[in-house]
Amino acid sequence: MASTVSKQVMWNRLISVVEEQAQALVRTAFSTSVREAGDLSAGVYDAQGRMLAQAVTGTPGHVNAMADAVPHFMRRIGVETMKDGDVYITNDPWEGTGHLHDITVVTPSFKHGALVGYFACTAHIVDIGGRGFGADANSIYEEGLYIPIMRFADQGKVDETLMRIIRGNVREPDQLVGDVYALATCNEIGHRRLIEMMDEFALDDLGEVSTFILKNSRRATLEKINALDHGVAHGAMTIDGYSKPVDLRVRLEIMEDRVLADFDGTSGLDAKGINVPMVYTKAYTCYAIKCAIAPEIPNNAASLAPFEVIAPENSIVNAVHPAPVALRHVIGHMVPDTVYEALDQLLPRTVPAQGAGTLCNFQVSLRPRTDAPAPEHARRSEVLTFNSGGSGARPRVDGLNATAFPSGVMTMPVEATEHAGPVIIWRKELRPDSGGVGEFRGGLGQYMEVGAQDGHEFDFSAMFDRVDHPALGRVGGGQGAPTTIARSDGGAMRGKGRQYVPHGQRVMLAFPGGGGYGIASARNRAHVLRDLVRGYISAQSARDDYGLSDEEISNAYEQARLGQDV
Amino acid sequence: MEVRLGVDIGGTFTDVVLESPKGLTSIKVLTTYAAPENAIIEGMNRVCERAGVPASAIEQIIHGTTLATNALIERRGAKTALITTQGFRDVIEMRTESRFEQYDLDLVLPDPLLPRQQRLTVSERIDANGDVLIPLDRAEVEALCDTIDAAGYESVAVGLLHSYLNDQHERLIGEVFAQRLPNVALSLSCEVSPQMREYERFNTVAANAYIKPLMKSYLGRLAGRLREQGTDCPIFLMHSGGGIISLENAAEFPVRLVESGPAGGAVFAAHIAGRHDLDKVLSFDMGGTTAKICLIKDQTPKTARVFEVARTYRFKKGSGMPISIPVIDMVEIGAGGGSLAHVDALNQIRVGPESAGSEPGPACYGRGGERPAVTDGDLLQGKLDPDNFAGGTIPLDKAASSAAIRAHIGEKLDLDAVEAAYGLTEVVDENMSNAARVHAVENGEDLSDYTMIAFGGAAPLHAARLCEKLGIHRCLVPTGAGVGSAIGFLKAPFSFEATRSVFVEFKAFEPSIIASTLAELREEATTFVRSCDANAPIEAEYKVYMRYRGQGWEIPINLTAEQAAKPDRATFQALFERDYTQLFGRTVAGLEIEATVWAVNATTPTPKAERVPATAATADALPQGTRTVFDAALGRTVEAPVIERDTFTLGQRISGPAIITEDETTIIVPSSRSASVQADGCIDLQVKG
Repeated sequence: MASTVSKQVMWNRLISVVEEQAQALVRTAFSTSVREAGDLSAGVYDAQGRMLAQAVTGTPGHVNAMADAVPHFMRRIGVETMKDGDVYITNDPWEGTGHLHDITVVTPSFKHGALVGYFACTAHIVDIGGRGFGADANSIYEEGLYIPIMRFADQGKVDETLMRIIRGNVREPDQLVGDVYALATCNEIGHRRLIEMMDEFALDDLGEVSTFILKNSRRATLEKINALDHGVAHGAMTIDGYSKPVDLRVRLEIMEDRVLADFDGTSGLDAKGINVPMVYTKAYTCYAIKCAIAPEIPNNAASLAPFEVIAPENSIVNAVHPAPVALRHVIGHMVPDTVYEALDQLLPRTVPAQGAGTLCNFQVSLRPRTDAPAPEHARRSEVLTFNSGGSGARPRVDGLNATAFPSGVMTMPVEATEHAGPVIIWRKELRPDSGGVGEFRGGLGQYMEVGAQDGHEFDFSAMFDRVDHPALGRVGGGQGAPTTIARSDGGAMRGKGRQYVPHGQRVMLAFPGGGGYGIASARNRAHVLRDLVRGYISAQSARDDYGLSDEEISNAYEQARLGQDV
Repeated sequence: MEVRLGVDIGGTFTDVVLESPKGLTSIKVLTTYAAPENAIIEGMNRVCERAGVPASAIEQIIHGTTLATNALIERRGAKTALITTQGFRDVIEMRTESRFEQYDLDLVLPDPLLPRQQRLTVSERIDANGDVLIPLDRAEVEALCDTIDAAGYESVAVGLLHSYLNDQHERLIGEVFAQRLPNVALSLSCEVSPQMREYERFNTVAANAYIKPLMKSYLGRLAGRLREQGTDCPIFLMHSGGGIISLENAAEFPVRLVESGPAGGAVFAAHIAGRHDLDKVLSFDMGGTTAKICLIKDQTPKTARVFEVARTYRFKKGSGMPISIPVIDMVEIGAGGGSLAHVDALNQIRVGPESAGSEPGPACYGRGGERPAVTDGDLLQGKLDPDNFAGGTIPLDKAASSAAIRAHIGEKLDLDAVEAAYGLTEVVDENMSNAARVHAVENGEDLSDYTMIAFGGAAPLHAARLCEKLGIHRCLVPTGAGVGSAIGFLKAPFSFEATRSVFVEFKAFEPSIIASTLAELREEATTFVRSCDANAPIEAEYKVYMRYRGQGWEIPINLTAEQAAKPDRATFQALFERDYTQLFGRTVAGLEIEATVWAVNATTPTPKAERVPATAATADALPQGTRTVFDAALGRTVEAPVIERDTFTLGQRISGPAIITEDETTIIVPSSRSASVQADGCIDLQVKG
């Protein structure tokens, strides 16, 4: 019987093991989305398939999906058929993590011939065949290769038939195969550490440790929920969608032993690939609520269990097969803001105003110019970038400038992006006046200008929202600036979809700001002056929104000219 | 060279070590913040007096300092402007556009080193091939000089896109400024850190510019004061990469002085490793607020190209500012004798990174500290003697420790005071072990065949437990462990590492370009070292960072001089595949390989450590008494003999459990280990049997 202190130590150890597992994946993965942006997950499970620890990585979108995935594998593969050396794989959007571009790999962990637990990991890969990453598919069949839950390795022997099918169906086969191996390796590293730990503490199974972790997590989570007033509130938010605006609706109920989020009333499926499988909706709903009420409790089966999420089948947040789902993040990233519209009524002064939400990602497909002879060095290339608008202002602090929320992924350095292909980022900087005004200002969005090296033209695949529906403020705060997109010659462009950009033209982008919190007249004057000196706001906003006098404004500009810090 | 002085300015103490024909003499004096040179002069005079050597006899001073680090942490630098490419004014503010703590809705990101109004732009652009897309207009730079002048900036940093490939625009700005504003300090990113990734490079050049006037003035004052004292010898500075550079170069590139103290500690451990002929060493340095862990292979500390300074949020990765310079690769975590413990909502004991510091200090100091610290946990378990802490200068109050631990841990978890104390130290030991384990994994190392070298005030109390957790069989505790960094300074070679980003795809492998790049880097690095020593032989160590095309992380590959002079594609590929396999288990067939960064470290030979013959222990030591101590691996208390280190002599051994005491620290020998003394005074802890 392990002592309380050793069980505490083992819990810490398991959290460290999954962090190691994730780190190994970042270091060996090929897809930029994994290695630069951190779009991955890793977790450890007991023999019953209950998640005991999950690495804190770039994407909350994997939170519940990972917790649910292993039981699907146990059912589909059959626990009794599992052998040491087996490795399983899938990219099923409904039993994995929401779209075909996420590959999930699960490895059973054996000690002295007995199954003691599982390791799972997920990574977002750049290409899975089909139409390519984008919103334009009409069904899942157009979005790429589908790998049902199956064996990748049988007692250590890799399924070469599967590998040939994968190689034959994707655009960058070497990279994808490299990523699959990286996933398998990272589980193996986790497995080794687990066995070492079990040896050190003379354990034959994880039963006791698992009970300890899950019991404490459940108790702590329930205490947090119990401390809240019971009640019901409704939240709603309308966003751009693809073919038509999407209404997101949630009914949130705090009960004694759980929190229920019901998305009844939300719009139906979109014709294009922005629909969201339920696992992903669950993940972002849980994430949003956990941030607000139980941020310090690590994710595991028990700490996630009290959060119940439901949605009508074939609403846009519960898309079922064969709906197209490649860009499920575009809607999924808006789930937290919707949930906060409701939670704010139950827990005042806790949650932020609406923010940019959806990451401001785009993919550039470059090729030699076709309107005139292209120079010899011109080449084809695919470049994907991740960028962020401003986050919503908080009850006690401003929103974050150009920082992702709810996603946690990183942007890529411009210098690295420009090495990835003949793209040129002419501008990437903060967008003044884009944060919603308020006692606390919304985070600023950013400007980007995207072109190509001489001799190239490109298709620009846009994945933006908040063009027609900017982030709203809270408690009297102003709305953030909307997304804008246009060609440098003034030609109009859409917020979503693949669009042609001729030789010599640039795409001019302005990403959205976050909403403000509280009324602008209550803002600390020193903060208004600071914003003006730094150029976060213009003279006009300082005067019209915050009531600064012309003299104060000219003094501030003088301070800025002299480089004085305020 | 017979008489040398090593000086390490730390946050609390300035350590001074004199090396003379009579051996090493050391002293600790309080750091004098307002004028740090005062503590050096005081320490120098006292240590010289103690050793009976006149200060005028000192032939060389090697100096390391936290001043550069502290100036960055406390934001006490000069008024500095950053000049950058139009369209990229906010690079150092936008960081990675991510949150380093995912679940904190009120997260606040650290302010950039230079606020937005101090970041100015010029119209210019160079592309990823190094070609000029928009030429820089000299008249625009001249106008900018006037702006800078009018605002009264003391220092200017220049960071332009892709300047690591083509530095002509940065150099033009440098030229105009040198002409028109010779009194403004200038730092160019192509000189300070010519590496790809604009956020890291711009931040590094901004940091260099920010601390340059301060460090220049301090170093000038120091040289002047020493001359007044009749000590007119050359002064050299320890840099973050573990070597030493001239005072002039240090004043030019002060950002390279960041973390020079801990680097000295790693060099110290490497020197001990040399004495004992150890090729795989884990150095473990634990003080009052943090613990530092470093891998030392073949008696050389592992190095890296980028690290983070001034973390603002619980030492969390991403919460500080990245500095890309050659640096000894260390993990630093918030675990020290003063780290505070509490029980969280999950009924888990948490320790650190919050620290009680020296005021009020742990509860047992009796200075008003009410929360339990690691030292309180050590005391309650019998690891420390309340009457002989710090040579008896600080009496420890066991009752206060007991009360604090009971109130903050025991009552919440239904544990008695000693069990709770055990829980506390077990958690902090586990935190440190985990950090070491993750660091080893990231470097593809298995710690089980490593030897630990433990130093710093708190390390010997915890070292053996870490060894038990990490499966490390042997641990050495050297003498002089309290001033390890300053001793390390005296063991460091002159060295300078020059690095540059040059992309080479292997399908377009051009031996001549590679050879000339490496030759230029060698020339650059050698010039720096030559300025320190006109005659010493200088060796060049060549390194290339390689990866599969498509990956984001490079792995460093060492090259021989021959391989650097005659680069060969097949050899480079074989070297990469060998190291890749060692790190990650297998290579990936069919993928292109590419090289991204090239580095040459020019160094004088590392002073050879004198081999210490291994001494077999034949006699039992004679302990002075016994004490009850908690043995974590056994999970119960045991009676342990206590012996003073001074009386524990060569050839003797003592079987654990045992406690070895000295003024500066206490060495715990658990039941699983026995201890003996080596000829250089190291206490050698080994697994029994």
